[in-house]
Amino acid sequence: MWKWLHPYANPETTYHLTGRLIPWFSYLTIALLTIGLIWALLFSPADYQQGDSFRIFYIHVPTATLSMGIYVGMAIAALCSIVWQLKLADASAAALAPIGAVFTFVSLVTGAAWGKPMWGTWWIWDARLTSQLILLFLFLGVIALHNAFEDKGLAGKAAGILTLVGVINIPIIKYSVEWWNTLHQGATVSKMGKPSMTIDMLWPFIFCYMGFIFLIVVITCIRFRSEILSRNSMRPWVKELVLAEGGK
Amino acid sequence: MNPRRKKRLTIVASILIGLGVVSGLVLYALSQNIDLFYKPSEIYNGKEGSGIKAINGQRLRIGGLVVPGSVKRDENSLKIAFKLADMKMPITFDENEPMVTVKYDGILPDLFREGQGIVANGVLNTDSYVIEATEVLAKHDENYMPKELEADSTKPHTESKGY
Repeated sequence: MWKWLHPYANPETTYHLTGRLIPWFSYLTIALLTIGLIWALLFSPADYQQGDSFRIFYIHVPTATLSMGIYVGMAIAALCSIVWQLKLADASAAALAPIGAVFTFVSLVTGAAWGKPMWGTWWIWDARLTSQLILLFLFLGVIALHNAFEDKGLAGKAAGILTLVGVINIPIIKYSVEWWNTLHQGATVSKMGKPSMTIDMLWPFIFCYMGFIFLIVVITCIRFRSEILSRNSMRPWVKELVLAEGGK
Repeated sequence: MNPRRKKRLTIVASILIGLGVVSGLVLYALSQNIDLFYKPSEIYNGKEGSGIKAINGQRLRIGGLVVPGSVKRDENSLKIAFKLADMKMPITFDENEPMVTVKYDGILPDLFREGQGIVANGVLNTDSYVIEATEVLAKHDENYMPKELEADSTKPHTESKGY
């Protein structure tokens, strides 16, 4: 059933595959983010209550939801690494962690910048904000563990266990606004049925959202490749690669 | 699946399920502490679920909708008093529903208006159901729409007049 995946467990194959994919994903990212951000920040209508401050939504919501998405991806990699002991899964988890940390940080900062004029406060210890802050600490912990051990296998195992334990936080972030009463509002786009936005606000959002997804893909590929190289630096294929590059 | 992998998968799965149950129970036990605010009806009847009532002089947060027509401003200072009713969809107000009066002296957030969700932090007086607030925050709902559309829509928020 999984036979078609087997060649990609080989670092060399994956290294070359990602190398071929990066340019395409980069063009897509640039196109989507350029269209999406210009449309969202300059041309989409202002909100009836919040005016232009609402536009931070187009960066806040993608970074916040995708930070959770990155965490889930990292958790799946950790599971594969612990159960099937795939070395590449460790490399991909290590590649994802800093990207997730940055996305979480951006979501917290943009949220604070919006919260000050709209709510009247930068920060409040409500369930949504607190659990998102915990997500940032989980990412930082995973990064620290990946770098805490000389032996990459051991580091991957320790970081993987933390990642899997921390996955409990994801449903808490997602449903915090429903389970408890919070200052943070409920879901706008991802709720069942009709999104609570008009269509001329939703389209630029979709472009931004897709743009941020492919931005993650591109950065992950680049970081994944360098992780593969540094973890396989003693292998003959890496040495050949370095010699060939050096000869150019 | 070979036995070693199966064993590892079982261990990981059982640890995760165990942790899930534990954190679920902890969060359930703590739910009244995680709740950011009391609703006006909970001030009268006690917290939903646990039935715990707020005591006189307790510092707490109250969350609700500003009742239209209840906003009273002092002409010579920033002092303001308004009533809060439970948040609900669709937004309706009834004279007989539980309401709590909030008194505040300070600058209100931009989004403050009649019908708006508000979270106030202050000291409760259970005799008169008045809260002396030290902080008033606006709670935004999840609806976003352009200005032009608001005129056509069913007016979820009452227009603010002059304050």
